[in-house]
Amino acid sequence: MAEQPTKTSRKSEQGAHAKRRDRPPGPRFEMRISTKYAPHEPSEGKPLTCTDETSLKPDQLLELYRYLKLTRLVEERLVNLYRQTKVVGGVFRSLGQEATAVGTAYALQPGDFITPLIRDLGAVLVKGIRPRDIFAQYMAKAWGPSGGRDLNIHFGDMGKGFIGPISHLGDMIPVMTGILIGARMQKKEIVAVAYIGDGGMSTGAFHEGLNFAAVQRLPLLVIAEYNHFAYSTPTSLQTACRDLAEKAAGYGIPSHIVDGNDVVACYEVTKHAADYARRGGGAVLIEAKTYRRKGHAEHDDQRYVAPDEIEWWEKHNDPVDRFEKYLLEKNVAKQDKLDEIVSEVTRAIEEDCAWAESSPLPEGEKAAYGVFDNSIVPPAFRPPVLEK
Amino acid sequence: MSTAVKKEHRSARPERGGPATMVEAIRQGIWEEMERDPTVFVIGEDVGAFGGAFKVTDGLIDEFGKERVIDTPISEGAIVGAACGAALMGMRPVAEFQFIDFISAGFDLLTNYAAKCRYRWGAGIPAVFRGPCGSGVRSGPFHSLNAEAFFLNTAGLKIVEPSTAYDAKGLIKAAIRDPDPVLYFEHKKLYRLPRLREDLPADDYIVEIGKAKVVREGRDLTIITFGAMVLTALDAAEELEKEGLDVEVIDLRTLAPLDKATILASVKKTSRVIILHEASRTGGIGGEIAALLSEEAFEWLDAPIIRLASIDTPVPYSPPLEDYYLPQTKDVVSAARKLAAY
Ligand SMILES: Cc1ncc(C[n+]2csc(CCOP(=O)(O)OP(=O)(O)O)c2C)c(N)n1
Ligand SMILES: [Mg+2]
Repeated sequence: MAEQPTKTSRKSEQGAHAKRRDRPPGPRFEMRISTKYAPHEPSEGKPLTCTDETSLKPDQLLELYRYLKLTRLVEERLVNLYRQTKVVGGVFRSLGQEATAVGTAYALQPGDFITPLIRDLGAVLVKGIRPRDIFAQYMAKAWGPSGGRDLNIHFGDMGKGFIGPISHLGDMIPVMTGILIGARMQKKEIVAVAYIGDGGMSTGAFHEGLNFAAVQRLPLLVIAEYNHFAYSTPTSLQTACRDLAEKAAGYGIPSHIVDGNDVVACYEVTKHAADYARRGGGAVLIEAKTYRRKGHAEHDDQRYVAPDEIEWWEKHNDPVDRFEKYLLEKNVAKQDKLDEIVSEVTRAIEEDCAWAESSPLPEGEKAAYGVFDNSIVPPAFRPPVLEK
Repeated sequence: MSTAVKKEHRSARPERGGPATMVEAIRQGIWEEMERDPTVFVIGEDVGAFGGAFKVTDGLIDEFGKERVIDTPISEGAIVGAACGAALMGMRPVAEFQFIDFISAGFDLLTNYAAKCRYRWGAGIPAVFRGPCGSGVRSGPFHSLNAEAFFLNTAGLKIVEPSTAYDAKGLIKAAIRDPDPVLYFEHKKLYRLPRLREDLPADDYIVEIGKAKVVREGRDLTIITFGAMVLTALDAAEELEKEGLDVEVIDLRTLAPLDKATILASVKKTSRVIILHEASRTGGIGGEIAALLSEEAFEWLDAPIIRLASIDTPVPYSPPLEDYYLPQTKDVVSAARKLAAY
């Protein structure tokens, strides 16, 4: 039987604990939510643009613009392919929320890791994954990174710091915690970004993963995308919190609220959080306020959306429009420069799409390979029937 | 903001009986049970205003209100656990997994709580856990699961999977009325398949849990199967008939507890068996049935028992890969020929 602690030993334990304690005793609740980059109402008839203060240089701003456009246009091309029935599964859009993925990922170093969700194509592209890989994945082609085994952004590239997600929401949070544990043991000073939706945050895996990262003080940045919906479910049925950022308090970590449709703000807030995490501050939650203008996937009729809501966001709060205005107003570029970027992006997309279309579908038997290391365990071919 | 005025939409009450696809049959069944018994309620992700990802619960919220049609957060653990709790209180929850693949997130409560309550302290959990399963629809590794084998080794869970609209309705009603937890798997490929559209009777009926069905009688060999593979088996049987082979097809309908009597009676008649299922071969239900036959029908067998199943890989996305993964009609035909000639 385990030894019962004696009175004295318990006392001395408490004493040791008290000495280590660097905080006053008693309940302590402190919300650490920074709202510096939170969305704000547009002032008197002036349309929304982007945040004024930025450390980004003009060529970086133009690169950001390129990624925003790339993301939107790759998705538009995917919708085209879908309508031509060339996409085998569904198409999931990030229309109207591209700035969140692009701006946050742009703030990372090359060695940093991300795990995106389906609406974070922008982050995947910023991390250096080529559109041709995305096209090939959607069309289930042999030349795609998963060889047709899995779909859309469900793959990975360790060299580029890209860990593809699985469909099961929340599961990637503990995985990223593990990436950071590994990196810490290897003395790599990296941060990891995990994207999660307002819906995905309701999972048990999300809670377990973030809690673990927080107690380990791991440099995990969770980008919580408040886009008003999880499939058809409004955020009010996912959480009783008003802001997702409030949840950070339960993990003892700081949080930020950022205007997810302001690409510059998304960059700045992530840069700030990444610096903090890299310095040893630990995990940070960043809530990006945005809006999902398309249905959950292309087939969704959005019957659950209030009338005019989508139109309002399209007209007044489109992240690409806002950034274009910003670039022109700040004289970062003239319209013809932006047009030039768009034609270059369009050309690149056409080239990549043609490449992916020219790929064959995989041969059926390839299905049997790669469950295990096939130098140890043979491929899982269909066994012959009644043959010795 | 987004909960404000919705676009005008209201789905009609389903007919009582009449021509129905499988998805309509399940919806009819749930609807009628909710009308009949005020303790029946629906819980799951997007099951309310949206009517569920596959529209199985379409319109229920308009008829029965949001207290009996509960939209949950994305929390399968909470769905299963809450269904168990409500069931203990005497309610009859019908819990939906948006795809059966996500049942993994509720696995703990299903296998440790729901399955063991009656055994531990006599408290039955009369809950139904349902959702779309199955491959063959190009949905890749996370939306194609056949989950039965994960649960067969857990005592305390009944498992059913219909292959016709009639059975779908009868089984969902039986599952709702059952005093114990029932996993009800719906093959998504069958939901709207025109071939399965049939006239349902207008009166209240159930299909008893634990009863298989001989869906085609034959003398030469038996194919034991369930779910979408019933159609594959029937197609193969038709082709084999042209060659003079008389094939019997058994639709298990209930996977746990197995209907041993129907299986054994058929095998004693034909003496040759193919077990056909869509989940991967290793550790699948086929092994269980094969073991049962070797224990209880050994003397009647004239040939080895054949298992046809998917290969031991995740479900791949690309059409040629998935076609290789799944047993096809031609695989059944050629296996049957060899078995008959053995
Ligand atoms: C554990 C789990 N349950 C259910 C689903 C099915 N599902 C896929 S996406 C989705 C909604 C996701 O909403 P959110 O997390 O807000 O992300 P968004 O689509 O808004 O980007 C649901 C319920 C899933 N993928 N994982
Ligand atoms: Mg969302």
